[in-house]
Amino acid sequence: MELLVASSVGLMTAVGIYLILRMRSFPVIVGLTMISYACNVFIFASGRIVAGLPPILSKTATGYTDPMPQALVLTAIVISFGMTAVLVMMALGAFFEAGDDRIDLKADTARDSAE
Amino acid sequence: MMGHWIIAPVVLPAVTGAFTLLALRDAPMVARSISTAATALLLAIALWLLHGATVHGAEAYFLGNWPAPFGIVLVLDRLSALMVTLTAALALVVQLYAIGTGWDLRGRHFHALWQFQLMGVCGAFLTGDAFNLFVFFEVLLIASYGLMIHAGGRDRLKAGVQYVVFNLVGSTLFLFALATVYSVTGTLNMADLAVKLPLLPQGDMALMRVAGAMLLMVFAIKGALVPLHFWLPATYAEAPGPVSALFAVMTKVGAYAVIRVFTLIFPISLPATGALFADLLLPAAVITLAVGAVGVMGARSLQGMVAFAAVTSMGTLFAAVAQFTPEAISAALYYALHSTLAAAALFLIADLTVDRRGSGDLGSARAPIAQQGLIAALFMLGAIAIAGMPPLSGFLGKLMILSASRGETLVWAAILLSSFVMILGLARAGSTLFWKSHAEGARPAPHDAQPLAFVAVGALLAGLVLLTVAAGPITGWLADTAAALQDPAAYIAANRLEGME
Repeated sequence: MELLVASSVGLMTAVGIYLILRMRSFPVIVGLTMISYACNVFIFASGRIVAGLPPILSKTATGYTDPMPQALVLTAIVISFGMTAVLVMMALGAFFEAGDDRIDLKADTARDSAE
Repeated sequence: MMGHWIIAPVVLPAVTGAFTLLALRDAPMVARSISTAATALLLAIALWLLHGATVHGAEAYFLGNWPAPFGIVLVLDRLSALMVTLTAALALVVQLYAIGTGWDLRGRHFHALWQFQLMGVCGAFLTGDAFNLFVFFEVLLIASYGLMIHAGGRDRLKAGVQYVVFNLVGSTLFLFALATVYSVTGTLNMADLAVKLPLLPQGDMALMRVAGAMLLMVFAIKGALVPLHFWLPATYAEAPGPVSALFAVMTKVGAYAVIRVFTLIFPISLPATGALFADLLLPAAVITLAVGAVGVMGARSLQGMVAFAAVTSMGTLFAAVAQFTPEAISAALYYALHSTLAAAALFLIADLTVDRRGSGDLGSARAPIAQQGLIAALFMLGAIAIAGMPPLSGFLGKLMILSASRGETLVWAAILLSSFVMILGLARAGSTLFWKSHAEGARPAPHDAQPLAFVAVGALLAGLVLLTVAAGPITGWLADTAAALQDPAAYIAANRLEGME
């Protein structure tokens, strides 16, 4: 299972970085989502990987898994979800204002803005 | 003892922001007064906390009364109190500017976002928990996204998207770093980490070095350290003037986090990491100085030039921080106070100029602007301050940094040369903007006098004068602060960790 988790984190990060480097809104947003998936799985794994054990006190439990990463990952999911929503809205706004969905700023854009 | 007052700088802006957003969305004038009153109250609380931290030393606030390291703690010490006070003072003055120029009415929800921004910045300074540092980073970022694109416009939105993407990647990196730290140590409380790290088995230290380097990268993104500074020039140049001025304190959040984490958790005295992070930080800071100075010289617009001046000041700051001696940290803190006020003042002056001139283009002279004499004088003062020329505090700050880095030839050369290049760039911009405009001969276009805006800029410059005149007592206080950072026993004791009593 360790191999599966580790390789999926690695693969999702690689895909995410590749997509972010495409420098267009849609691939960048999908890429950021992939990286945050990878990050969430990684945070889960930081509490050691155990299957089928409860994170909270239970009378029948034979052992426990670390509850802390679950709380951390919940926070991380909520934040990355909200951030992605904001980014989608801003990217849409920029697309309608500028007529293209490039993320990078061209040199002439920077100069025009001073006008 | 400060008790519940420690959480007030987080709760007050949060409540005010939510109230402004929900109840005052159709009453902008009421929102203005309530928000300004809340910021003034925040400044009063911050001064009270500063007094408390000076008299009583470090103190922790346990949320929900859960003991550390299981619960979340806020820790008030001299450094955090100082940074909260700086934030509140800057926010109040810049908010008055935004009201005086009418910037706050050019889009919606300016004051609500402003308060949420303050909540995030104050929380980041106060928290004693590494994961909460991440959460407050996100709070301040999400508010800054809204402020950055306030009043809209094509270029601003495009720069905003780039800023958001850059910071989202930074946030993910932060989470990876925190998860690595947690997987090795099983804690994210900063004081607990400081206690546990020296006790870790040798085999785990490689992972901690990786985590430390990732944290350094995250803070370098915040602090606009080359090569992670690319978001800053476009963002600061495109953001509304008052927002850029407030953002001057956001780069200091990165500097604060570097000082906090790399004196408390990964100090130079930790054998496993030693001077690793200092050795990474120093060359990056020197290159930042060079890039910033060249940027000031080469900027095509006034706002772009000020943005690069902010990059240079971060380079100077990090060059001092990277030495991690008490003397250098104390000089860095003095320079941080100075550069925040100076950069904010210059952003506001740039905004005044561009508003009247119609353009920040530095390529050619244009007709004189309304209130030209006054604005030119303010620009001169702001330029003197940011370039670090006597008699203002920038000179004292750079002098202290140079004196603290005796023997570091590279730092001396970089700071002195970059100051010289900056003076050239600023002088050229000033002559294009104000001097050559007389040759154009046209009458200045009429413009509102905006007295409140000038009062705000004057207040920032007065702050610089105060920093210069009171340099003696302030540096004395900062030297004690730096000494406390060097020996964080009081900070750790304030967390009342189990087995540490």
